Amino acid sequence: MTSLPTSTERSLGLVIDLDTCVGCHACVVNCKEWNTGGYGAPLADLDPYGDEPVGSWLNRIHTFEVTPEDAPASIVHFPKSCLHCSDAPCVTVCPTGASYKRSEDGIVLVDESMCIGCGLCAWACPYGAREMDPVENVMKKCTLCVDRIYNDNLPEEDRTPACVRTCPAGARHFGDFSDPESNVSKLVADRGGFDLMPEMGTAPVNKYLPPRPKTATEGCGASAATQDETANATGFLGWLDRALERLG
Amino acid sequence: MNEIRHKVELSAHVSDEVRKTTCYMCACRCGVNVHIRQGEDGTPRIRYIEGNRDHPINKGVLCAKGSAGIMQHYSPARLMKPLLRTGERGSGEFKEIEWDEALTVAADWLADIRHRDPRKLAFFTGRDQSQSLTGWWAQQFGTPNFAAHGGFCSVNMAAGGIYTFGGAFWEFGSPDWEKTEYFMIFGVAEDHDSNPIKMGLGKLKARGVKIVGVNPVRTGYNAIADEWVGVTPGTDGLFILSLIHELLRLGKVDLDYLLRYTNAPWLVIDDEGAADHGLFARDENGDPLVFDRESASVVSCKNGAPLKAALKGAVTLPDGRSARPVFELLARKYLDARYAPSAVESETGVSAAQIRRIAAEIAEAAFEREVVVEQPWTDMKGERHERMIGRPVSFHAMRGISAHSNGFQTCRALHLLQILIGSIDSPGGFRFKPPYPRPVAAQPKPHGGCKPDEPLPGPHLGFLRGPEDLLLEADGTTPQRIDKAFSWDAPMSSHGLMHMVISNAHAGDPYPVDVLFMYMANMAWNSSMNSSGVMDMLTDKDENGDYRIPKIIYSDAYDSEMVAYADLVLPDTTYLERHDCISLLDRPISEPDALADAIRWPVVEPQTQAEGRDVRGFQSVLLDLGARLKLPGMIDGNGEPLYADYADYMVNHQRKPGVGPLAGWRGEDGSEAGRGAPNPDQLKRYIDNGGFFEKHVPEEARYFKHANRAWSDWAIAMGLQDVAVDNVFQLYLEPLRKFQLAAEGHGERQPPDTHRKRIRETFDPLPLWYPPFEGAGVDVSDYPYHAITQRPAAMYHSWGSQNAWLRQIHGANVLYVPGPVCDAAGLRDGDWAWVISHHSRIKVPVRRMEAVNGKTLWTWNAIGKRSGAWTLDDNAPEARQGFLLNHLIHELLPQAADGYRWSNSDPITGQAAWFDLRIRIEKAEAGDNPVTLPQFPPQKDPLPEPPTVVAYGKEWGEGE
Repeated sequence: MTSLPTSTERSLGLVIDLDTCVGCHACVVNCKEWNTGGYGAPLADLDPYGDEPVGSWLNRIHTFEVTPEDAPASIVHFPKSCLHCSDAPCVTVCPTGASYKRSEDGIVLVDESMCIGCGLCAWACPYGAREMDPVENVMKKCTLCVDRIYNDNLPEEDRTPACVRTCPAGARHFGDFSDPESNVSKLVADRGGFDLMPEMGTAPVNKYLPPRPKTATEGCGASAATQDETANATGFLGWLDRALERLG
Repeated sequence: MNEIRHKVELSAHVSDEVRKTTCYMCACRCGVNVHIRQGEDGTPRIRYIEGNRDHPINKGVLCAKGSAGIMQHYSPARLMKPLLRTGERGSGEFKEIEWDEALTVAADWLADIRHRDPRKLAFFTGRDQSQSLTGWWAQQFGTPNFAAHGGFCSVNMAAGGIYTFGGAFWEFGSPDWEKTEYFMIFGVAEDHDSNPIKMGLGKLKARGVKIVGVNPVRTGYNAIADEWVGVTPGTDGLFILSLIHELLRLGKVDLDYLLRYTNAPWLVIDDEGAADHGLFARDENGDPLVFDRESASVVSCKNGAPLKAALKGAVTLPDGRSARPVFELLARKYLDARYAPSAVESETGVSAAQIRRIAAEIAEAAFEREVVVEQPWTDMKGERHERMIGRPVSFHAMRGISAHSNGFQTCRALHLLQILIGSIDSPGGFRFKPPYPRPVAAQPKPHGGCKPDEPLPGPHLGFLRGPEDLLLEADGTTPQRIDKAFSWDAPMSSHGLMHMVISNAHAGDPYPVDVLFMYMANMAWNSSMNSSGVMDMLTDKDENGDYRIPKIIYSDAYDSEMVAYADLVLPDTTYLERHDCISLLDRPISEPDALADAIRWPVVEPQTQAEGRDVRGFQSVLLDLGARLKLPGMIDGNGEPLYADYADYMVNHQRKPGVGPLAGWRGEDGSEAGRGAPNPDQLKRYIDNGGFFEKHVPEEARYFKHANRAWSDWAIAMGLQDVAVDNVFQLYLEPLRKFQLAAEGHGERQPPDTHRKRIRETFDPLPLWYPPFEGAGVDVSDYPYHAITQRPAAMYHSWGSQNAWLRQIHGANVLYVPGPVCDAAGLRDGDWAWVISHHSRIKVPVRRMEAVNGKTLWTWNAIGKRSGAWTLDDNAPEARQGFLLNHLIHELLPQAADGYRWSNSDPITGQAAWFDLRIRIEKAEAGDNPVTLPQFPPQKDPLPEPPTVVAYGKEWGEGE
């Protein structure tokens, strides 16, 4: 019921490197910390010290165990927030126009003054990237830190989403995907960046970089270095004599 | 509907002021920018905390814990006023008292002890970072009973490293992230040096450098490692020695490096049965002897070994006896078939093929990809080197390999590996952080002795050189210290044995104490082994109905489990309300290229942060107490307090002339670094600089610091050391051999007969591996599995549970069980199980997992809480679904054949061996609403009810 822009001037979003993310939750908490006092404040917590604490978050990390047949089981940490889709079903489903995609940079936002808390957008999002605030009863979602990236009150180098600025491992990157020369476009090109669930037809802006292949645990062929330099008639101590001679 | 104009304030006001201080959400000590913004009521509030981009540790980034600082600062579990116990110990019933009364009570208790018998005070601190103050205070008080929690945490790593090469990991040194070509990380490492390691891993990933994770559990850093070694707990040492076997077999050791920087050529006396068998052959001045191949003679290496020193062969000493170089002993030992990959694979759970390949990869990276830095430098012998040649293989390890009863030797083995390939402080390898290197020769010995009304003659903790330095009573066996540190039980216990204090004090062994005084140490819960037993000891009474531990003073900022067991509680501030110094005298934050230290300062004042809040920084309180007790150094000539508070001490205290807690902006005008007179404006200069001080290491001094003249000169100028220090890496550790000799019957100081065999077997001067004691002391068919904890990156010990945000991430824990173990025990996801050790049993929820060593069950550390603690709801998931493994771990080992129960610790350092735990698992009836067991009566507290909603920051939202 709400229209999407036919195109956007820029296409801002994130690249998340699954090869580097250690699942430390720095992005998750720094996001909460910034945004609970920023655009759409607060991100409230109900029963925060009780037996069922529940709060709204704009970014969460899911951890999966992967058990391939030909390699040891492994763990993948998967941070997930709004992907700012080009064809965002959460926008088109919104009955009031509160959910919208900005034509200037492609950021999908909720205008809380118009949000009636019906929750349709959260149902429509195939990624589960929107959360109803348990106290405020309005929909919360990643703003790509729209109140940071253009903020004249912040030093220029800090005009980046909080999750990117804080990520200790450098697994998160922010930029303009409409520019093929941008850092994020290049990362996607170089590292095989992929869309999350492309079959949903949402055309997400955010991209993920896949984990690199791991070394198989069971032995590979011996490399040149496994040649036993000391294995001759004189053994290790004989080798030692020759090695010391080579030192001069 | 596109015509709707949505209003977005793109340049919203962020904060009124940014104040830069040091984080304290874990032990990493990152720089933080604290954004302060006025709240609705006009008080300054914390708007946002971010990493300080200029800071040497974190360079702008901040972890989950640091980012949750707001919720820690405003935690409802914050203590508000001093408390005096009114109910039974453990109940949590207190009355609030004024500070003057609290300090009077404490001073009365302590003054009596100091006058009568200072040993009757046991003063132990936990995770605080002010040991340079607390240790000095205890020294001035005169009790021998002081230590911090290092003995529980990672002393094996620290002591193993200092004894071997004058450094270790974390605060002592780090991988050369910029240049390394191969990186191995061992065991639990997520919560110490946490941001630098994550940043480092990110750098390695960006360069495509291989990361190998050695850990029974493939979480955290191991999840992104290029290769995972799912080692069986407690066998890391065997795995490492097998790598060494392979490197020796392949001839991949750096002989030039070994000749120059290590004791590889030193001659070891071979005279079976003699009192000096196995010690170094020395000349009349005590300098070690080597055999010079060029002159074909035995020479002293007073000024370093000649480069033609022999590394093998029997040598006849001037006294006619025989000796052999260390390197030959080492090579013979590790080339033995018992260390061959095929011989260790079943014990370690690592295939021989994987061990061989990793050894080959280490060799390839170290020797085929050597790193050259075009920087001339001069070594301590005066030899000029045109360039710095590095072996770019690096390692990191902390408690994973430390917290075992074979941990000291395992840590030594890892350091030996680094030294054999020549990677210690060479480009691409391990790099020392100032003030390190600091070998044993530059370290104090431990000090004991104890006289009424007198200070101790020197610092408590140090590095003994042999049995002569043990702290024993005149009988030669009774420990002087309550924790039995520096006794035959744990001779080289350089960090003390905090985990034995309560147990020993309760037993009156070696003697009872009158006051137990602790700071930031949650001993009644997750910072003890056998937590349930410790809770009983703290509440146990004698035949007169008096507590066996008569008085307990405790300081903490929060209502932790330990608070309930105190008689007197001294409420500390939050980390944003306090002064602190992260000092070079203590546990510094330097990076390899820069000496650095830092401060905390009150970016907000406590009384503005909550109604009725009346708390004081513990260090200021300690100085106040010291002045009341008239301790030397804390009062002036008139008996008046010398320091107004900790801030005053940080600026004006001098440990020796010109050297104080802070190195920056010294001298009256602030122009001096390292050494200089106190500067009254020093703290302002720190604040103006973002809360830290940094002085870059000269280019020529950046590598080979253990042998680098430019480094030595600079370190002396900076006050890091007073004279040049000999630092020859100790592949062969002679102090260990001295203890073996004592156990063999040599020397005046003799261990009790009960201890001889253990000392002979474990104090090997060359690293060895032996099975962890708990597994050796039980029938492993009864306890076939290992159970360990991992550290969640988003939660630091127990501090995080009160945090409204972090507890939504880790509010309860489950026991992860390998798939085949689940199948054998008939367990499915969501089932409950009994986990049973030789000591106790716990009931826990289980979850199946495959990415784990097949013999290892694990859970997250310190998530479980006592009901009611930390002002959480009595039915909080932390209490009802969370659990600790600590209940399963006894502080004593199972009874030995002779009836003796040893401490569950490393025999050399006394490090608590909590990763040695052996268990079995049995399916339990879940029943309705199952809860973890054991459960404890809810802890009460005198604090207001916590809020039912947190909507932090709402006041700053748009339209508010």
